[in-house]
Amino acid sequence: MEIIATRPESLTQTPFTYCPGCLHGVAHRLIAEAIDEHGLINKMAGVAPVGCSVFAYKFFNMDMAEAAHGRAPAVATGIKRARPDMHVFTYQGDGDLAAIGTAEIVHAANRGEHISVFFVNNAIYGMTGGQMAPTTLPDMKTTTSPYGRNTDDIGFPIRVCELLATLIAPYYIERVSLLSPADILKAKKAVNKAIQYNKEGRGFTFVEFISTCPTNWGMDPIKSRDWAKENMLPFFKTGCYRDKGKGVE
Amino acid sequence: MTTEMICAGFGGQGVLTIGKFIAQASMKEGKNVSWLPSYGPEMRGGTANVSTVVSDEAIASPIVSFPDILVALNQPSIDKFAPMIRPGGILIYNTSMCPNGCKREDITQISAPMSDIANEIGNPMVLNMLAIGVIIGKTALIKYETIADDLTSYMKAKNPELLELNLKAIKRGIEIGKS
Amino acid sequence: MAKILMKGNEAVAEAAIRSGCRLYFAYPITPQSELIEYMARMMPKVDGTFIQAESEIAAINMVYGAAGCGKRVMTSSSSPGISLKMEGISYIAGAELPCVIINVQRGGPGLGDIQPAQGDYFQATKGGGHGDYRLIVLAPSSVQEFADMAADAFDLADKYRNPVMILADGMLGQMMEPVEFRPAKSDEEVAEMWKQHKSWCINPNEDGDKKHHHEINSLEIDPLVLEKHVNNLSKKYAEIKKNEIRYEKYELSDDNEILCVAWGTASRVVKSAINELKKEGKSIGLVRPINVWPFPYDEIAKAIGPKVKKIYVFELNTGQMVDDVKIAAAGKVPVEFWGKVGGVVFTPAEIKEKLEAALKE
Repeated sequence: MEIIATRPESLTQTPFTYCPGCLHGVAHRLIAEAIDEHGLINKMAGVAPVGCSVFAYKFFNMDMAEAAHGRAPAVATGIKRARPDMHVFTYQGDGDLAAIGTAEIVHAANRGEHISVFFVNNAIYGMTGGQMAPTTLPDMKTTTSPYGRNTDDIGFPIRVCELLATLIAPYYIERVSLLSPADILKAKKAVNKAIQYNKEGRGFTFVEFISTCPTNWGMDPIKSRDWAKENMLPFFKTGCYRDKGKGVE
Repeated sequence: MTTEMICAGFGGQGVLTIGKFIAQASMKEGKNVSWLPSYGPEMRGGTANVSTVVSDEAIASPIVSFPDILVALNQPSIDKFAPMIRPGGILIYNTSMCPNGCKREDITQISAPMSDIANEIGNPMVLNMLAIGVIIGKTALIKYETIADDLTSYMKAKNPELLELNLKAIKRGIEIGKS
Repeated sequence: MAKILMKGNEAVAEAAIRSGCRLYFAYPITPQSELIEYMARMMPKVDGTFIQAESEIAAINMVYGAAGCGKRVMTSSSSPGISLKMEGISYIAGAELPCVIINVQRGGPGLGDIQPAQGDYFQATKGGGHGDYRLIVLAPSSVQEFADMAADAFDLADKYRNPVMILADGMLGQMMEPVEFRPAKSDEEVAEMWKQHKSWCINPNEDGDKKHHHEINSLEIDPLVLEKHVNNLSKKYAEIKKNEIRYEKYELSDDNEILCVAWGTASRVVKSAINELKKEGKSIGLVRPINVWPFPYDEIAKAIGPKVKKIYVFELNTGQMVDDVKIAAAGKVPVEFWGKVGGVVFTPAEIKEKLEAALKE
């Protein structure tokens, strides 16, 4: 019998604890496959965030650190500087990275820290029960924006890729989506590129995944993907914002 | 024996360095020393002062409440610290910048137009070395040779001309202190 | 090695490097700026890492990452910056990581001022961050001791897998005194030190075979698991209390009429006053806790001589360690407190006056 698909070695046997229809599992798998494919499992360390993916430190099959909320890029900096012989990635959500951890991500990117950051943007706080995120869309209802996000009052969603692309140091910045099989294949290429650049010691690499939260959006998984395509993708445009390896500045 | 000294003046007059060289030379002569500067905004253009303690015994407190010696390079330093000099103590001050002097009669006062003399020697920066010379001349707290060696060891290669001026200033100070 | 005249801030930085610290992350703040500046100058010369972080919060989290690799790592700040680090310190204690944190205390609360103070005693010894944890807290009183404590702090941190704080103040940071350094660890020694933590820390699989999955973590979502973890921490702290009591006895005798207790900078001023009064035939003793956590409760109780009518506590705060001294005295003799705050340091003359008044009572 021929095995055509198996669990990546870079994931542990621990079952995921995500909600049905959640795309974190897809993002985890893409990262794990890329680590496997680049043969980095024995030299990779990861940093997990606070949020839905807080248990990512149990899921990735390598040495992992669990960071305080928003601090993953600083923790990753400490690991990379202490062990320059290792490769380091962080896995963060939108509240973690774009609200409480804004300073840490901006400055890690600005230092050109040799780490890969994987950023899952689903426009909401999932773990704490569906509160407004820095990436919540205008007029979008959440438990802390019950009348819809009022941009006069609280401002607009933050476009992190565009923000980081104003900096000189980052090597690679790309936004992808996990909303369809075709998009996931594109996302896999971006993740692979980030891990490859990480392996080659090129510099700071960043991949944003546009994702969903069926549970807190109150939609079934299929509908939530359609909703995200219609509402998130026009605001958060997918594409490559920086690729120094390809001359995209 | 313990000698407690405060050096004070405008930031930039080199008062911290006076304390440092006295402490360093005393250390080389086998004494216990401490050097405690004022710091922060006071250092940025305002007044600066430094407490230096030299002792044969372990130094309990580096804070000088009642100095045996006060070196005042400007009038505000006299106004602030001269009342605290121990009776019988020494006030060394710079008449170029201390128009009102000090009225106390229970202390020994030595004064000279130090800023003018420093200019005369050839560089206003040697003001602090002049003051160190006066301390040596008056109190023999440290030996001239110790500080001369100290200065020579790190200035000879870098700036031999300034070294000569510094040594000249210290010698001139010693004369003032002895007179 | 000959003695060098050096500021406390620089001496402790040099001593840290000599003890094998090759990673340092911090943010500038007065009155510890000479420390971060010294590290900026010296770390590149020993192939070490210096990062001026974007904040104290980022700095302590960089420490978390590096400590998670078992390497000797340090950060430093002064009071307001230490408050910012408290989140990270709690995580480091929870994850049982070894590291050294230096607090060059200044006046508070809030922005306070930049002069020496001892207002962070409670924060350092009773918590500061959230949760049930303890820091080992060393309180130097001279530049020499400040420097020596860098090496001691790293050894303690490695021994107990616990953050260690050196609780100094602006005076010790800014003051120059002669200092003699212990021999520096060789590059080879430094390169090997992390291996004592190999069984749990982040490190690569050497020969390419997957062997470990280490988790640097303070999260235990199951209450029964967290309960066990916190109880284990508590056992560790009990062990530290048993092994790491350090204090200095000064002029203790059966003739003591008053027993003073003071720590850090304040203790030096008290010693001056005790010396003055000794010349006048008065007998006053001093206990100086060198480690303020764990605290020498029993040792203070034992130091209460037969003629002691009062314990006098002097601190540069409104009365913090005095609570611990009262626990130690257990009502045997009255405990009085006097302090100065706002970055104002009391003088030997003032302490002498207080002690004279107490002797007359």
